[in-house]
Amino acid sequence: MDGIIQFEKVHFKYPEDQRESLRDVSLTIREGSFTAVLGRNGSGKSTLAKHMNAILLPTEGRVLVAGIDTADAPRLLELRRQVGMVFQNPDNQIVANVVEDDVAFAPENLGLPPEEIRRRVDAALEQVGMLEYRLHAPHLLSGGQKQRVAIAGVIAMEPRIIVLDEPTAMLDPQGRREVLSTVLRLRREKGMTVVLVTHHMDECIPADRLLVLSEGRIAADGTPEEIFSQDALLRDLGLDLPETARLLRDLRQAGLELPGGALDLEGCAQAVAAVLN
Amino acid sequence: MLKDITLGQFFPGDTIVHRLDPRTKILLVLLYIVALFLAVGWLGYGLSVLALVGGMALSKITPRNLFKGLKPLIFIISLTAAINLFYTGGTPILPGWIVTWEGIDRALKMVLRIVLLVTGTFLLTYTTSPMALTDGLELLMKPLKKVRFPVHEMTIMMSMALRFIPTLIEETDRIISAQRARGADFETGGLIRRAKALLPILVPLIVSAFNRAYDLATAMESRCYHGGEGRTRMKQLKLKRVDFAALALGAAYMTAAVLLRNYGI
Amino acid sequence: MAEIQVEDLRHVYSPGTPFERTAIEAVNLALPQGQFVGVIGHTGSGKSTFIQHLNALLLPSGGRVLSAGEDINRDKKSRRDIKWKVGLVFQYPEYQLFAETVYEDIAFGPRNMGLSVEQVDERVREAAGFVGVSELFERSPLELSGGQKRRIAVAGVIAMRPEVLVLDEPTAGLDPEGCAQIMANIRAYREKTGATVIIVSHDMDGAAALTERLLVFDKGRLVMDGPPEEIFSQPGRLTAMGLDVPRPTAIALALEARGVQLQGPVYTHEQLTNAILRAYRDKEGGRTPC
Repeated sequence: MDGIIQFEKVHFKYPEDQRESLRDVSLTIREGSFTAVLGRNGSGKSTLAKHMNAILLPTEGRVLVAGIDTADAPRLLELRRQVGMVFQNPDNQIVANVVEDDVAFAPENLGLPPEEIRRRVDAALEQVGMLEYRLHAPHLLSGGQKQRVAIAGVIAMEPRIIVLDEPTAMLDPQGRREVLSTVLRLRREKGMTVVLVTHHMDECIPADRLLVLSEGRIAADGTPEEIFSQDALLRDLGLDLPETARLLRDLRQAGLELPGGALDLEGCAQAVAAVLN
Repeated sequence: MLKDITLGQFFPGDTIVHRLDPRTKILLVLLYIVALFLAVGWLGYGLSVLALVGGMALSKITPRNLFKGLKPLIFIISLTAAINLFYTGGTPILPGWIVTWEGIDRALKMVLRIVLLVTGTFLLTYTTSPMALTDGLELLMKPLKKVRFPVHEMTIMMSMALRFIPTLIEETDRIISAQRARGADFETGGLIRRAKALLPILVPLIVSAFNRAYDLATAMESRCYHGGEGRTRMKQLKLKRVDFAALALGAAYMTAAVLLRNYGI
Repeated sequence: MAEIQVEDLRHVYSPGTPFERTAIEAVNLALPQGQFVGVIGHTGSGKSTFIQHLNALLLPSGGRVLSAGEDINRDKKSRRDIKWKVGLVFQYPEYQLFAETVYEDIAFGPRNMGLSVEQVDERVREAAGFVGVSELFERSPLELSGGQKRRIAVAGVIAMRPEVLVLDEPTAGLDPEGCAQIMANIRAYREKTGATVIIVSHDMDGAAALTERLLVFDKGRLVMDGPPEEIFSQPGRLTAMGLDVPRPTAIALALEARGVQLQGPVYTHEQLTNAILRAYRDKEGGRTPC
């Protein structure tokens, strides 16, 4: 079956670099799935994300998104309206001085009629829980709120895919929770395809697929449970285990027989409680 | 510190002034500025003061907020006052003094002119969201498109600049603090030394502004921005009855200003 | 060696304006030389305002900050001198790099101190050694990776040889490897010089594992002050303030909700693993006689 995002032997090199940032990446992402992309700084994970809406084009190979070749210039807008991109720095992606004007930016670019824009803006702000802030000035919001406005700004395009490039890297724990729960809700309620680029192990746990990038290659690909059971591999890639996975591993090594593995907090506690009670 | 700068700040509200079409407000402010420069006598200045007070009352912007914006201009205002005070010929207020009655008159008028000019334009930016402001400008300047003037590009640049003013001010404050923590001294030394002391602030600020611009361009493109072509607006501007009334009032005001000038009062 | 004392500190932003806001008040504490202190609190809790008083970047609206018994704000000179004693690394310090070369950037602080060329050189080399960037001296800081830039910025403060090193979120935005590296650099500096280290952090796991004392700010007040085991034994209070608890503590709480009571303080991975294993052995042990 064809995926909604397809990478075919993709190579990419920035003109100023010696080395390739992506090397022979082939990948299929199913519609409606939640894929987390993990890797250390400079592993190519952001470069990968930027290929998903034609901000970057492969130097070799090709990328198909919703059936459109990202190199197909005349179809660029058609492609981009299907892929909402959220970036790391919330300040640098908000374009207007009033929240609702910012959310209206993309639908305005799409040339929609004013009533339709209004409807989408209100719906998008509602979905991220920021409707009551619609007349606020973005620079006075908290980091988590700004990032939710940025998410509203892309879902107002009514995209099928949302790609988040380290959306929580600059946020405090509360902001991080706000953004993650918003993303999970969008997926649950709207069936959106989600790609989350991150270096926080914990954020990968709710994903149904985890890709680990290293030096421009896909170094591991599987469910979070599968990948977080490969301790040595992760260490080689410069990554940590989430605390839950570390605990389950150490307890198993100490001889406890634990039922197999959910990695979220509740699942982990469940497993441990089962042998202790 | 820098946070006190209110340039480009917008105080949301729901007064009649807030509801006026931005085009109306821009035109009224233009009329106000012209009238201000036409004023010669105290009556003429009085008319401008009246206009400002009226706008202030209708928009519920407090004098305190309005005058706070003058803070960064205190130096220029004092300089203007001093020059006019000391370099205007005429009758000395006391025999042998350099200060003349004419100088006092002129200094007061100049100060009043600057204050009225700045606060009047603040009234516009305080009551009009930057988005509406640039939309208004874009529509007003639409005829210029015929002569290939890049109206859309100019107005979007302006609205981005307004959007990033608070962000960059915050950033400047942070960089200044960080360099002061490393012992940077911006207060002592001659002019050249002080100018040199600014490098540790300016370089990071410019680097970061470029990074932000790059990020912003990427984010805008990702949100399907492709110039003004085929772009629609959520908030449609429509002149209402109140706008026409306001413009009529503006015209009357202008007539009064011209008359007062003719009589030299 | 300096002990820092904070007496009844209060700070009000934009006093006398409609934007007036009390950021911190009634803060009292003493920081003995050599302590490793964590400062935690919600965004806007006043913790950033607090640390900017330690080197006189902000002037108190009320109260005093003393270094070795003397008010650091007594005159212009003391306000300047305290900057060498208390080095402050801001959040995302890589955004403050400005010089043409790494060497020049690190030398900025020592030069401002008015040291001789040789002394500056010695300090730059020493500081670069602590963070492992000695081989980058001739490079432009702008072309380096994020992690490298961060370490250079830290070196720029370390080069002043502060007796108290204060860092605001030194690991923010770094990947796990970068975090570990910078924390190791900071530990190395502390071990070598005996400096006091104060770290503002959102990362509770790190705060729990590294520090010997935690200051918790909430709504402008210092509400908790004690060793990590004491602070994290009151997870309810922390979550009520919107703060995280360390992940091992969170797991212990989830176990508690399932009727498993663990013994002793649990805020690091090792404590958690051991407590669970102990509970397991006790249970098995209890079963053997049957």
